[in-house]
Amino acid sequence: MVTYARPLLAVEHLTMRFGGLIAINDLTFTAQRGEITALIGPNGAGKTTVFNCITGFYKPTKGRIALVHGVPTMWKELDALTRRGARSIRRPNGGLFLLERMPDYLVARHARVARTFQNIRLFAGMTVLENLLVAQHNPLMAASGYTVLGVLGLGYAFAERAAIDKARHWLDITGLLARADDPAGDLPYGAQRRLEIARAMCTDPMLLCLDEPAAGLNPRESGELNALIRSIRDRHATSVLLIEHDMSVVMEISDHVVVLDYGVKIADGTPDEIKNDAKVIAAYLGVADDKVAATEAEVGL
Amino acid sequence: MATADLAAPNTRIDLGRALRDAGITAVLTFLLLLPLIGFKTVQNIHNELALETRWPLLFGFVALAAVGRLVYSLTVLPWRERRARRMPAAAAGPSPLRAALARWLPRAAIGFVLVYPALVLATAGFGGAAKWIDNFGIQILIYVMLGFGLNIVVGLAGLLDLGYVAFYAVGAYSYALLAKTFGLSFFMLLPLAGCLAAFWGILLGFPVLRLRGDYLAIVTLAFGEIIRLVLINWVPVTNGYAGISGIPRPTFFGIPFNADDNGFAATFGLEFSPIYRTIFLYYVILALALLTTFVTVRLRRLPIGRAWEALREDEIACRSLGINTTNTKLTAFAMGAMFGGFAGSFFATRQGFISPESFTFLESATILAIVVLGGMGSQMGVAIAAIAMIGGTEILRELEVLKSVFGPDFDPAQYRMLLFGFAMVAIMVWRPRGLIATRAPSVFLKERKTIAGSLVKEGHG
Repeated sequence: MVTYARPLLAVEHLTMRFGGLIAINDLTFTAQRGEITALIGPNGAGKTTVFNCITGFYKPTKGRIALVHGVPTMWKELDALTRRGARSIRRPNGGLFLLERMPDYLVARHARVARTFQNIRLFAGMTVLENLLVAQHNPLMAASGYTVLGVLGLGYAFAERAAIDKARHWLDITGLLARADDPAGDLPYGAQRRLEIARAMCTDPMLLCLDEPAAGLNPRESGELNALIRSIRDRHATSVLLIEHDMSVVMEISDHVVVLDYGVKIADGTPDEIKNDAKVIAAYLGVADDKVAATEAEVGL
Repeated sequence: MATADLAAPNTRIDLGRALRDAGITAVLTFLLLLPLIGFKTVQNIHNELALETRWPLLFGFVALAAVGRLVYSLTVLPWRERRARRMPAAAAGPSPLRAALARWLPRAAIGFVLVYPALVLATAGFGGAAKWIDNFGIQILIYVMLGFGLNIVVGLAGLLDLGYVAFYAVGAYSYALLAKTFGLSFFMLLPLAGCLAAFWGILLGFPVLRLRGDYLAIVTLAFGEIIRLVLINWVPVTNGYAGISGIPRPTFFGIPFNADDNGFAATFGLEFSPIYRTIFLYYVILALALLTTFVTVRLRRLPIGRAWEALREDEIACRSLGINTTNTKLTAFAMGAMFGGFAGSFFATRQGFISPESFTFLESATILAIVVLGGMGSQMGVAIAAIAMIGGTEILRELEVLKSVFGPDFDPAQYRMLLFGFAMVAIMVWRPRGLIATRAPSVFLKERKTIAGSLVKEGHG
């Protein structure tokens, strides 16, 4: 069932129906810790729906989405937890989370899954720095004594300074330091994409879900984005799950690629394997007219 | 030279266009005022309703409008065009004057309100001061406080609340009933009334959490009406329409404001005057309003305040960052309601009598208008708008001069709704985002830059 050595995320038999439409059909895949996993597929394949299920915005019709922090031995308790009907196990040395049972904000807070959006969702009327401080809401809330101590002016300043330092760190990495005090809505498109990633990273995620981060970027910007995503994987204990149409990004940086078509997984492997996969080529490029029937039979449609 | 040549035809006064505009204005005015001024219903000697025409008056107004438009077209418009050409749009930046104003206006305002009673006493004397402190000072400050409270819900969290007066009522009735039943003092009951109002805020919050925009507005409107109807119909407790009278008046930390030997005036060796109580009440509501401002300014810089504003900007993004939007909305409702409750209990102790009459939808609308006029989220804007709205309607009562213009039957106070409407239209035309349309960031790295109102969202529920 869980086929890899140290998976971070295991999606099993995930099915999502919207009325009569089956957006995702029995999808199973894993994302490894410390890797960049790409989720690709033609338009309407159900990639963003998978993201919405993982991050708790949709409740899947069927299936299990499990995520482990810390020691891999937590995986052993997966079936017991599922039967017990609870959402998660949290211990000092690790945690096991059933994401399909958790509301969206708890997926972000406890399971530490951060995400960006296909159509950028920044707080446009707030400054770049404020955007990054909102991302650190939960630790800051605790530091301000759930507002009670904060209103009295006790002990919050130190926590805020630390939060600003962390924001500064991410602004530095994403090259936005000079624009820290500008409203987020004033940034150019590429910078807004980077800011959204910086904001997601400020939540200290274990898994970062990027929904088409290279959409609308020019070649130079998408090259910078590649470097940024790689540095997130290498320098921070964050694994990446990526939806992307730009194959130059996908093939260059992913460690593992999952291909979806019409809600069904049609391929799963390293970028090189995917490039040469007949089903993937058929899904993306189509096939000659005389081979349609044969290919459809092969693909299973 | 080329630019001057191009500009020349525009600077020349276009008499033909001005005349045409004046003609259009005249026709529009005629059509608009024909039913309003042109006709008058009167009862004739047979006791029937008859229509009387007032052509001279009507054409007087039409001529006034046409001439006004002509003068405008010939003088103001060319001047504005010239000015627009002289100052390119790019030059619009924060001027040092404006920065200094933003810096010193709040301080000057606080200084002024602190010495206001003394100023009034010095100018109007003991006899005339009560009116100015009570009708202007206290009345405006109550609305400033209500505006601050609603500003948290509408301006910061972006939740449109049309039933805010419900919390004002809860605060007022809580104080009135508890003070009359248990004889507790004002300062003891103030936090209690605030807590009860906050409790009702949360109670309202729960069912409306899923609603947005128009739907939220309708449910909050209904909530305000429900509270008022309960106050009317729950006669054994609230005494219905008759209201609650004989509410204990505030004391100076235990010393009553009366003419007795142990009263305030006697204790401090002063001659008795009702003005002392008014001044005391003024400082109480001033302290409450300043407390509200202080807390709101603080909250904006705390994570909860930023979460409110983030919620107004984008709720889904908030949830993706681990913010519990349910709790965040509830705290906004509760904080707003609490300040409304404070204002309500102050209102009860000031009036000594409350009835459901004081808590109609019009009150909610007035408070919301103050917040919208002021600029959503801006403390200073709300204060200015409250002064304009409440002070403006109060000052109408004082304008006896108008009687010499419109005749002795003219009651200026009757025109307050007209003023209200004019203010709204004017604001919508000139400052659609309110008097203070910019947003000040809650934190900055190098310099504090104000954020243009066009970027700030108004919330969607």
